[in-house]
Amino acid sequence: MNAAELAPSYDLAVIGGGPAGLAAASVAARAGVSTVLFDENPGVGGQIYRGITSTPVTNRAILGEDYWAGEALADEAKASGTLIVNGATVWSLDPERVVGVSIAGKARLIEARRVIIATGSQERPFPIPGWTLPGVMTAGAAQTVLKAQGLLPDGRTVMAGTGPLMWLLAAQILRAGGKIAAILDTTPRRNLLRAAPHLADFMLSPYFAKGLALLREVKAKVPVRRVANVAAAGDGKLSEVVSDRGRMPADLLLLHQGVVPNINLALAVGAAHEWNERQLCFQPVLDEDFGSSVPGIAVAGDGAGIAGGTAAAERGRLAAIAAVRALKPDAQLPDPQSVRQRLQREEMGRAFLDWLNRPADSFRQPEGDTLVCRCEEVTAAQVRSTADLGCEGPNQMKAFLRCGMGPCQGRLCGLTVTELIATQRKTTPQAVGYYRLRPPVKPITLAELASLPISEAERKAVER
Amino acid sequence: MAADDYDVAVVGGGLVGVATAWGLAREGCRVVVLDEGDRAVRASRGNFALVWVQSKGLGLAPYAGWTIRSSNAWEGFAQTLKEETGLDVCFQRPGGFHLSLSERELETRANNLKRLHNQPGIVDYKTEIMDHAQVAKMLPDIGPEVVGGSYCPLDGHVNSLRLFRTLHTAINARGVIYLPSHRVETITRDGGEFRLTTEQGEIRANRVALAAGNANMHLAPMVGLECPMRPERGQIVVTERLRPFLRHPVVTLRQTDEGTVMIGDSKEERTDPAGLTLGVSATEAERAVRQFPLLANVNVVRTWSAIRVMTQDGFPIYDESESHPGAFTVCCHSGVTLAANHALTIAPMIARGALDKSLVAPFSARRFHVQEAG
Amino acid sequence: MFKRLADAGTAVALTIDGKPVQARSGDTVAATLLVAGIGHCRTTPVTGAPRLPYCLMGVCFDCLVTIDGVGSRQACLVPVHEGMKVETQIGKREAGR
Repeated sequence: MNAAELAPSYDLAVIGGGPAGLAAASVAARAGVSTVLFDENPGVGGQIYRGITSTPVTNRAILGEDYWAGEALADEAKASGTLIVNGATVWSLDPERVVGVSIAGKARLIEARRVIIATGSQERPFPIPGWTLPGVMTAGAAQTVLKAQGLLPDGRTVMAGTGPLMWLLAAQILRAGGKIAAILDTTPRRNLLRAAPHLADFMLSPYFAKGLALLREVKAKVPVRRVANVAAAGDGKLSEVVSDRGRMPADLLLLHQGVVPNINLALAVGAAHEWNERQLCFQPVLDEDFGSSVPGIAVAGDGAGIAGGTAAAERGRLAAIAAVRALKPDAQLPDPQSVRQRLQREEMGRAFLDWLNRPADSFRQPEGDTLVCRCEEVTAAQVRSTADLGCEGPNQMKAFLRCGMGPCQGRLCGLTVTELIATQRKTTPQAVGYYRLRPPVKPITLAELASLPISEAERKAVER
Repeated sequence: MAADDYDVAVVGGGLVGVATAWGLAREGCRVVVLDEGDRAVRASRGNFALVWVQSKGLGLAPYAGWTIRSSNAWEGFAQTLKEETGLDVCFQRPGGFHLSLSERELETRANNLKRLHNQPGIVDYKTEIMDHAQVAKMLPDIGPEVVGGSYCPLDGHVNSLRLFRTLHTAINARGVIYLPSHRVETITRDGGEFRLTTEQGEIRANRVALAAGNANMHLAPMVGLECPMRPERGQIVVTERLRPFLRHPVVTLRQTDEGTVMIGDSKEERTDPAGLTLGVSATEAERAVRQFPLLANVNVVRTWSAIRVMTQDGFPIYDESESHPGAFTVCCHSGVTLAANHALTIAPMIARGALDKSLVAPFSARRFHVQEAG
Repeated sequence: MFKRLADAGTAVALTIDGKPVQARSGDTVAATLLVAGIGHCRTTPVTGAPRLPYCLMGVCFDCLVTIDGVGSRQACLVPVHEGMKVETQIGKREAGR
């Protein structure tokens, strides 16, 4: 599909083809509402179901049944009548629900009566010394190439961090015949105390049994060490992983300390956000139908707050039900009550996991020469000393140091900068705030921007 | 020294405020700068960073001389800041252009320049009208649609965000007290000193310099002065970093020392800084690509909009109060170009307690009433 | 750093900095680069530091390479095609490429 073939408007635009987006689009399209789903990857599935329609890893035991559950979602969306557009990057959304999308280098503006942002989550930044060295990647990255291209780490591989995804990936790599030299567990011991009050709920949730089994599977084959600090060392590329347990040679270091909502598009459209102290991230302020503070725009899935893939699908359904009710009150829809009940079951056990895997301050708030902004190469020491100069917030910090001004638009430095300012100035992330973001939330070329429709008034404002 | 015992309170922590504060500190004054918080509307974070001379002064001839004075002092100003802070603001004065994409645009430009240079008392500075071939000699990458333009050898640019950071670093090193999240609510004069109530308590100082940009409009009357403003929005498109290809700044397109290309600029009556109209950015992008076709496939990494600080007639306002002796207004659109003047000329005047009328009388806000009467 | 579980899809011939490399259909350019074992896909515009892809999901922008003459393409989002020319991007991108 190319950009010119898109209709000028749709009833519902779903942005993101992961579980929330797929489930939402299915509900809406089946209810008879004209629905388009944009995803920037070559196939749907988002991160958790990456490559679900094309993975070369056909032995289902390797990726596991939770992954393959995504197949039904993808099939349902395909059959529902949704127009699924892959290779489509959404770079702009405004409060009037005009979507700026780019396909094969051509930009289009599409109007939608309702929008569901389902852009999911991303890995939490993991700013350790040397994290920009070639050979250091996120666990999610390794999982992506395993699912989508059937690639396995080769050479000495070390994993470091905390959180279920790390253990899941380790198990998948081992099942596929790969090797992991060591896992450095950065989970603070103290977390067990804070998580304990939620243990009962966790034990009743589907995560409990799965989690234990996974841990056993991995620990049987991989040495696991608890560490208080981790660094990547090497000259121009990774050669060693250094921790308080010593130095070990490594070719690949996979980092993971949880995922956080991908908030750039929702912020750029002006949706209100708040700090989630338990999950240590910003998330949109939403009503019970996942409607944001911008009328007609909902945020579903992990972008609404981290809750996992299955919960994402249920959230997508609820957001779609609300959207359809507004567009076509007499439409056929699933019963939201039962969706909410399923969602509640999925969300049980999250509190325990969140507290258990909450990364230590030292891994979120680096010091010294450790890079905070990878794009503009701004260090933690620079951010801290500029905060001491009187710089109270990330936007002033951006003006002074250029952090957040690179192509990633703060995705890998935003949380770190906010937390460093809060720590240095003895205040809270909620009070400090986050970068002010505007379109384009993903780069587009000048020629693409120039090709958009221009009104007389807009032209006059510039030509003098 | 008591915590609230200041010689001068500078209201506004933007480029005008901090340049003035630095100059005051150099004169030995004890200075406090009162600023808003992180989310404040700040023209200093949203400017094009030109140190520009051409076309200044149409409607007020002395503005040309005032501008040239600052342009000539800029190199020394930048050097001094570098010696004090170790930070290089990358001031360059290679000469700059205003490019025209149609005969009509070029003609309008030429006429404006003629009117400007025909004004009595104007300082004669060279601005040349060039055709396409002449422009292409200096800007080899221009596209065929560039009909010509105007060139002035005195035009330059600087890294304005680094200038902002450098001035903040410099005033900090000189012991100036910088208070963010201290938006000024009222100013009164009592017993020979000024009392400023802010969001976080009261500040007292012997003198007050209002450098709060558009907010001067409501602050100035509190000290018996006026600053009629008409804020206006502008939008900028910024590209990824590129290898250097453009040495001369163009009034709506320049390559920064970091390699990014900044593209402007619009004049819009909307005054909400957060919103963007894509059509305006699209127009700016379109003109940029027509001026420099090699930019077509370059990525836009961000866009932003800002509210220009703009006085009623576009010219600076410098005043000292008669009803509230010791109160001054320092207000202008070109906070970057005039930074050298604010630091090295205006600040010493305020330190001495009186504006030098021979230099700045034309910029008094009284001119608005003269125009009405005339 | 990475190897293939199996040779899925069909062979796709492309070049990396002029050198012929075998990719597989279904690869993204980033996946091909990782399997080919190149040392860096770009050097940063600020300090010239070497980088390889970090996140492989389009958020880190460390995988920027020049593809078929157009610079700053996110390698993790671009599927390979026969005859593709991939070049590492050294420092700042050149305008016009």
